[in-house]
Amino acid sequence: MNMPPRKLLQIEKLVLHFKTSHGVVQAVDSVNFELDTNRAVVILGESGCGKSSLAKAMLRLLPRNVDKYGGSVYLNGEDVMMYDEDEFRRNVRWVGMSLVPQAAMNSLNPVIRVGDQVAEPAMVHLGIRKTEAMTLVRRMFQHVGVPEDFISRYPFELSGGMRQRVALAMALVTSPSLILLDEPTSALDLLTQANIMNVLKRIKHELGTSFILITHDIATSSELADEVAVMYAGQIVEVGHAKDFFPAPLHPYAQMLMASVPRLRSESDPMFITGQPPSLIDLPEGCRFAARCPFRFEKCNEEPPMLGKNGRKVKCWLYE
Amino acid sequence: MNAMKNSLKRLFVYPSAVMGIVVALTLVVVAVYAMVTIPYDEAIRLWRGGEEVWYQNPKFAPPAWINLFTSKKYSESFSVRTTDGSILKEVTPGEEGTSTMSASYTFDFFYDVYPQEMILYFTAKFSEKQPFISMEWLTPDGRKIRIANLAIAPKQTYRLSQDEKLKTRLKSEDVIPALFSDPETGELLKGQYQLLITGAMFEPGSDIDVEFVFHGQVYGIAGTDQSRRDLIVPLLWGAPVALAFGLIASLGTSVLTMVIAAVGTWYGGWVDELIQRITEVNLVLPFLSILIMIGTFFSRSIWVILGATILLSIFTGSIKAYRAVFMQVKESMYIEAARAYGASSNRIVFVYLIPRMIPLLIPGLVSAVPTFVFLEASLAVLGLGDPVLPTWGKIIEDANSNGALYRGYYYWILEPAVLLMITGLGFAMLGFALDRIFNPKLRDA
Amino acid sequence: MITETREAFMDQVKVNEPEALLTIQGLHVWYELRRFGFGHAGYVKAVDGVSFELAEGETVAVVGESGCGKSSLMKTILGLNIPTSGDVLFDGDSLSGLKGDGLRNYRFKIGYVQQDPYGALPPFMTVQKILEEPLIISGVKDKEQRMARIHKVMGEVKMHPAEDFLPKFPHMLSGGQQQRVVIARAMLREPKLIVADEPVSMLDASVRVEILKLMRALQEAHGLSVIYITHDLSTVKYFSRRIFVMYAGTLIEKAETRRVLENPLHPYTTALLAATSDPDARNADTFKEVPPGEPPSLVNPPKGCRFHPRCAKAIAGLCDEKEPVEFEPESDHFVACWLYRS
Repeated sequence: MNMPPRKLLQIEKLVLHFKTSHGVVQAVDSVNFELDTNRAVVILGESGCGKSSLAKAMLRLLPRNVDKYGGSVYLNGEDVMMYDEDEFRRNVRWVGMSLVPQAAMNSLNPVIRVGDQVAEPAMVHLGIRKTEAMTLVRRMFQHVGVPEDFISRYPFELSGGMRQRVALAMALVTSPSLILLDEPTSALDLLTQANIMNVLKRIKHELGTSFILITHDIATSSELADEVAVMYAGQIVEVGHAKDFFPAPLHPYAQMLMASVPRLRSESDPMFITGQPPSLIDLPEGCRFAARCPFRFEKCNEEPPMLGKNGRKVKCWLYE
Repeated sequence: MNAMKNSLKRLFVYPSAVMGIVVALTLVVVAVYAMVTIPYDEAIRLWRGGEEVWYQNPKFAPPAWINLFTSKKYSESFSVRTTDGSILKEVTPGEEGTSTMSASYTFDFFYDVYPQEMILYFTAKFSEKQPFISMEWLTPDGRKIRIANLAIAPKQTYRLSQDEKLKTRLKSEDVIPALFSDPETGELLKGQYQLLITGAMFEPGSDIDVEFVFHGQVYGIAGTDQSRRDLIVPLLWGAPVALAFGLIASLGTSVLTMVIAAVGTWYGGWVDELIQRITEVNLVLPFLSILIMIGTFFSRSIWVILGATILLSIFTGSIKAYRAVFMQVKESMYIEAARAYGASSNRIVFVYLIPRMIPLLIPGLVSAVPTFVFLEASLAVLGLGDPVLPTWGKIIEDANSNGALYRGYYYWILEPAVLLMITGLGFAMLGFALDRIFNPKLRDA
Repeated sequence: MITETREAFMDQVKVNEPEALLTIQGLHVWYELRRFGFGHAGYVKAVDGVSFELAEGETVAVVGESGCGKSSLMKTILGLNIPTSGDVLFDGDSLSGLKGDGLRNYRFKIGYVQQDPYGALPPFMTVQKILEEPLIISGVKDKEQRMARIHKVMGEVKMHPAEDFLPKFPHMLSGGQQQRVVIARAMLREPKLIVADEPVSMLDASVRVEILKLMRALQEAHGLSVIYITHDLSTVKYFSRRIFVMYAGTLIEKAETRRVLENPLHPYTTALLAATSDPDARNADTFKEVPPGEPPSLVNPPKGCRFHPRCAKAIAGLCDEKEPVEFEPESDHFVACWLYRS
């Protein structure tokens, strides 16, 4: 018998493939990572690398054309992949981890007052009455910085930033220990983005919540990250502490990605990565980045394992 | 072009699409076949012809293939004649310009039901003296029955069932059953029958030809109607008519609707207002009633009805649906780009707005074909079908007015109805498949 | 009398100054709001008094948040919006007098690079058709001539061999390739001015720089004037000589890029710069300073300085009363803020 893992979240060999008319899309391909309580991990990746599918796989929000779905997701030591649909809904979604989906601010129901919308998951998942739920909603609004009198407003009466906060409150109201944020700031303005990041930081301090932040925006992600996982072509290619990662990423892809970020406070000339990521339908043998990698050598024709180095992990033969 | 090819390739992934294509192609083949083998004028002549065209056929005869499904076998119809050699005729010259003619026709009768009628059509050539004919009937059990002796006019029709003398001679009111039965038991006698005809001519150059028409109980592959017309003619010709009506109506309606919606959406202002108001008025007008009025008071020509159908179908809910989509497309970035590089309004409507809708148009167009095919049939059933053209709807109307269902002539209704249903189903399935291909968002995520 | 002298003076100034390619004078773009479709319900003052000049070959970034009016300003420059008052003078044309063919000819001379490359390309046209369109519209009737131009431009945006891309539909291209097609389309008619609306904000980080560098190279090679519209300050310095910061329909700070980034004068500019992160693990330890509140409604902007309700340095009785005029605390660095009144 294995000892149950002690981490808040531990993901092992998570796989999610889709069937399409063009072939099987290997969106999430044997992903492993773990997360402690009150920590934030950023999953960095470019469009089409499978990062949104990873969120779907974790919360079992699957489309109908799933080809393969498997692996383990241990939440507080329990493998929630073993749960049936009903148990999963009752014990995991909202209660264990909740999701702030992409463009959440636009997915609020336009004809329901925002207070009622935030109260809904609390009533359903915590089984509390409306009045109690509304008290909870008021408290959550305080945490996310929504004025209390907005409780009886409709979504269209709020700005984008406020709606995003409401969406955040909705994910928070059931006090989950983990919140998944899928591109929480991508459609927002600069100052609103900064505001939302401030709110997230505050929640992390005040409520001890853990976050998985899925984003392509490297600069913004550094606002919250304790740990960084870089995703490329369906796989995680590097995991490490933010303090190690941001100054000096290890994986060539991560290095080049970091070098491509235009910086306000530095004179460095940003670089770009030539070529394109491989299609998730027709993946190359060996290292998936090899075709674009300036450091590739013969060994890259074999798939590199996740190699450990000073508490960091990188999927690259250079660090063998 | 490539995209089109790809779309077509994807089409074959859907069994329903394959079925739809097969149905549509079959219909096209049938339509072409009909138009080639029975040219338009011929089709009209046959369809509008009466007894003189169709005398060889029995009335109300189901198709011959129902024998495959019944335990009692129905006799098939045929007609034979001396002019084409299907009856052999021997002429023996006699004295003083006289001559004798003898002809016989032997046929097998192994059916369980008596035929409807037997008729002999004589044509005689003579100047003064009428030729004389005698007919005899040989049964399988060797009896020889004298049928009739008569002097014949240049054109003479002799119906066996109508001959009162023959009735007395056979001691039966029903001549035909009597001829095909055993006189002892009264039961139907199967076997080989023979008709013997001998004629005497009294002038040189005199001649007799005869045609023997045997009206069985079943006929051909489609059967016949109350006017003995072979239903294969309207069934075949119904295909091009239905296709033409359905496709033209559908194409006309969809394309005009789309163009008008696009123009209205792009120019906005009073143009759009006008289109909207016309649509709202048109929506409350009763479509079918107007068509019935046009048919009753103005013209029942299929082309007039087609025109009215298209006009009335343009300003309907679909113009609003198109408008809603165009409103969205109008705001899209590529339209803004086109304006920014100086595209004129006309160009934007026809090169940028409308092509965007083709993926919506094509499946809708294909799925709408059955609606119009059925509309044409419905109007025909209501008695407003085209008075000239043979169509499936007209067959149903004839069947209905002759009490086909009441009298058990199910084939008469079922044949056109099945064709209508197959056509509808085929186009509908093709439309659905096209919709899935052109609008992949509707596909399973 | 006075006006006459002033006009005479202005004429002289025009003669002496280097020829401006684009001059925007007191531009206002207001949209009327209607109640129930007909009653007047006020105006959305999307652009409310903007003036600037752009020399030939000059690059300028217009920086602002969504809803600040930068899109309306851009569309007016492109000839897609009608100025409510003020004028846009471009290459000898005055926009306010133009209609019909004149307006279309005006549009021919400006290239437009849009934000979302996929949306900017008609999905049902091949790349070849997409690129032929502007040429057909501007009257290039000869197919060979069109194709020669297309091949040349495809080379310039580094899409070679062009034959590989011309028969493709936009959805078969990557985001970066799509944006190259958009840029190629903008370059087809050898415009003197390119208006680029957030040209890289929808692209992945690894492609973003590539496109920016491509645009920079094209700008340098052809001596293009470029108006680069963005909300992302970190990309500005790679591209633009000057920055205009826009807030609630007005330009509040205009200066050379370096000056704005190193020494922002307007409190709003300062806030924008503070909110822009560079990737750095230390970011996670501190909170960002963000001015409270949200940008004002353009229908009913605050009296006085439009930023004053959010400004920590607002001077009571001045900023909330009088609209600030443009000051020039250091040479060629303009700021519309009462803090710099002399």
